[in-house]
Amino acid sequence: MTDPYLPREAEILERVDEAGSIFSLRLALTDPRARADYAFAPGQFNMVYLFGVGEVPISVVRLRGEDADFAHTIRPVGRVTRAMAELRAGDRLGIRGPFGRGWPLELAEGGDVVVITGGLGCAPAVTVVHHVLANRERFGRLVIMQGVKHSDDLIWAEQYARWREAPDTRVLLAADQARPGWTGQQGLITTLFDQAEFDRGRATVMMCGPEPMMVASARRLVDDGVEAGRIWLSMERNMQCAAGHCGHCQFGPRFVCRDGPVFHYPEVAGLLGVRGF
Amino acid sequence: MSIYGFLHRSALKQLPECLNEAGYRCIGPRVREGAVTFGELTSIDDLPRGVGDEQRPAHYRLGEREDERLFAWAVGPQGLKSWLFTPRETLWRSRRDDDGRLYFETGSPADDRPLAAIGVRACDLAALRLQDAHFLEREPDPGYRKRRAGLFLVAVDCTHPAETCFCHSTGDGPACESGFDLALHELDDGFIVHAGSEAGERVAARLPLLPVGEEQEAARRDQQRAAIDAQQRALPGRNLRDALFANLDHERWQAVAERCLSCANCTSVCPTCFCHSHEEVPDLDGRTSEHLRQWDSCFTEGHSYIHGIVIRAETPERYRQWLTHKLGSWHDQYGRSGCVGCGRCITWCPVGIDLTEEATVICAEAGDD
Ligand SMILES: Cc1cc2nc3c(=O)[nH]c(=O)nc-3n(C[C@H](O)[C@H](O)[C@H](O)COP(=O)(O)OP(=O)(O)OC[C@H]3O[C@@H](n4cnc5c(N)ncnc54)[C@H](O)[C@@H]3O)c2cc1C
Ligand code: SF4
Ligand code: SF4
Ligand code: FES
Repeated sequence: MTDPYLPREAEILERVDEAGSIFSLRLALTDPRARADYAFAPGQFNMVYLFGVGEVPISVVRLRGEDADFAHTIRPVGRVTRAMAELRAGDRLGIRGPFGRGWPLELAEGGDVVVITGGLGCAPAVTVVHHVLANRERFGRLVIMQGVKHSDDLIWAEQYARWREAPDTRVLLAADQARPGWTGQQGLITTLFDQAEFDRGRATVMMCGPEPMMVASARRLVDDGVEAGRIWLSMERNMQCAAGHCGHCQFGPRFVCRDGPVFHYPEVAGLLGVRGF
Repeated sequence: MSIYGFLHRSALKQLPECLNEAGYRCIGPRVREGAVTFGELTSIDDLPRGVGDEQRPAHYRLGEREDERLFAWAVGPQGLKSWLFTPRETLWRSRRDDDGRLYFETGSPADDRPLAAIGVRACDLAALRLQDAHFLEREPDPGYRKRRAGLFLVAVDCTHPAETCFCHSTGDGPACESGFDLALHELDDGFIVHAGSEAGERVAARLPLLPVGEEQEAARRDQQRAAIDAQQRALPGRNLRDALFANLDHERWQAVAERCLSCANCTSVCPTCFCHSHEEVPDLDGRTSEHLRQWDSCFTEGHSYIHGIVIRAETPERYRQWLTHKLGSWHDQYGRSGCVGCGRCITWCPVGIDLTEEATVICAEAGDD
């Protein structure tokens, strides 16, 4: 029996400094067999362990769409992630994972894909965009909508510019408060929905970001005729074990680490946005 | 036909002896610091002979009895839980060499002699089934699995429920129906012994059992009836999930939170609560480090912390999480309520909050499923 509580050593192959204090680490498990066997689905996460400091859940991504190795894009916010900000190529980490349920990318094939994100960048959504662009012929239109509180909070401006050039792809940005010169929309993310052209009946919507934003977006989409069953969202809760044991990630009856982090909107609609859950 | 017989009181000492010979390490109820809790048993004399208890909301006291009974008390603050899901345990140890390479080693315990637990009550057997479902189905927990493997259970029917007990209303007691290797029913002069598994048969076969007489059967039925009748508390139904989730805005959450100290006593004495948190403890030499887990509770601030937000910052939300999980979401997760009616959370609540009363008010009108 495998021990779900045993990290595997990984080496940092490359470090990339992204916008602001955000950084990415491209990693490989040091055991060659494990490295070759490591596979993840977009939307899954790893428990990333820094020796002597602690362990945190971080989405698994690829640094570049074509990379063979996995990567993590990390925003330093507290004790563990700030200590991780010191890491350099050649340093070692412990990795448990991948865990959880990822995005319904196969289900989305054949129709339009709408990606809605809020706040300060959203690693799980980036993997969706990479996947659609890498398999362009399998999907219809790609609409990416990002909302931020203040126009200054927009990071990854270059990435959005690049995506804008991609075939059949639309990027729409909204800022609650905008500095003069802002070319996006001013207002909440839902103000973008009227401009977004996609097939309301057959599109798949994937969201991540602050929960109030996701609740407002999901309700508005349903009002606009999108079936609740075509909406998916990624959730965050405190996670200690990622094995469905520690109880911290419970969202009503769900364990976010195991039943999520990507949920089908109808599964969670009842408690989503209810204070205290 | 499974083994069924009468064991004279003076012969009970052979039970731990048989178990020791069969390779088990025995644990059972002992009086420690004024309470009955499970500890290592060296002989039958360690059991709480002639001890009774008095329990009420926020009250627990042991007293002396006139007789020689060993199990004439209701459950104390801890049953089996801490022996399988330990309060603190190392999950892994890591070492970093001079080149910065990392080496990981599992913290799960070395194979030890299997445990035999003597004196497990029906509510704790039910709680064990729930902990098994949580820690063994889906993703087996290595530490729990090792300690659980080979566990031998000597159950005891509850003959003296406390005022706080309500296992009859949850369907989990007071008599032990299944899930044991041996079950005992204590009478004045001895025990009716019943084997419930092959391992139990093997041990029972070595005890000097006598046929059970008609009078002894009658005494057992009377005691079982009396133990049910003695229970005054009850939950308002076996499945309160829908009633609780339909009442998330009930004013009672606020009212109970005004009394609740958010101290987490209820979750730590509850035999089904499974929450725990991880902690990293580096050695001073900077070369090795341990990753531990320890019991935690949805009543703590850290339980629902994610960077920048505490999802359950206020006591009403924490009490509501406890009750909606215990009596509600547990049905979705494990197919039944997470409460086995042991009454511990009522006895050990410093302000005497009674979940049966809270649930009754919040779910008023809701019937059984
Ligand atoms: C499924 C999932 C995917 C994530 N993906 C990413 C990602 O790709 N990039 C990224 O930068 N961040 C991601 N996060 C958030 C990241 O886990 C937190 O920022 C991190 O745990 C903060 O730890 P800290 O010790 O630096 O902060 P502190 O504020 O010091 O937090 C203390 C502890 O609380 C817990 N905790 C705090 N915030 C969170 C949180 N948001 N989620 C879970 N536990 C938390 C952790 O145990 C943490 O060690 C993800 C979270 C989840 C649940
Ligand atoms: S909720 Fe209270 S009565 Fe029910 S099992 Fe837990 S401690 Fe016992
Ligand atoms: S969430 Fe609360 S009630 Fe549920 S298992 Fe954890 S501590 Fe117990
Ligand atoms: S992270 Fe521990 S149960 Fe989900």
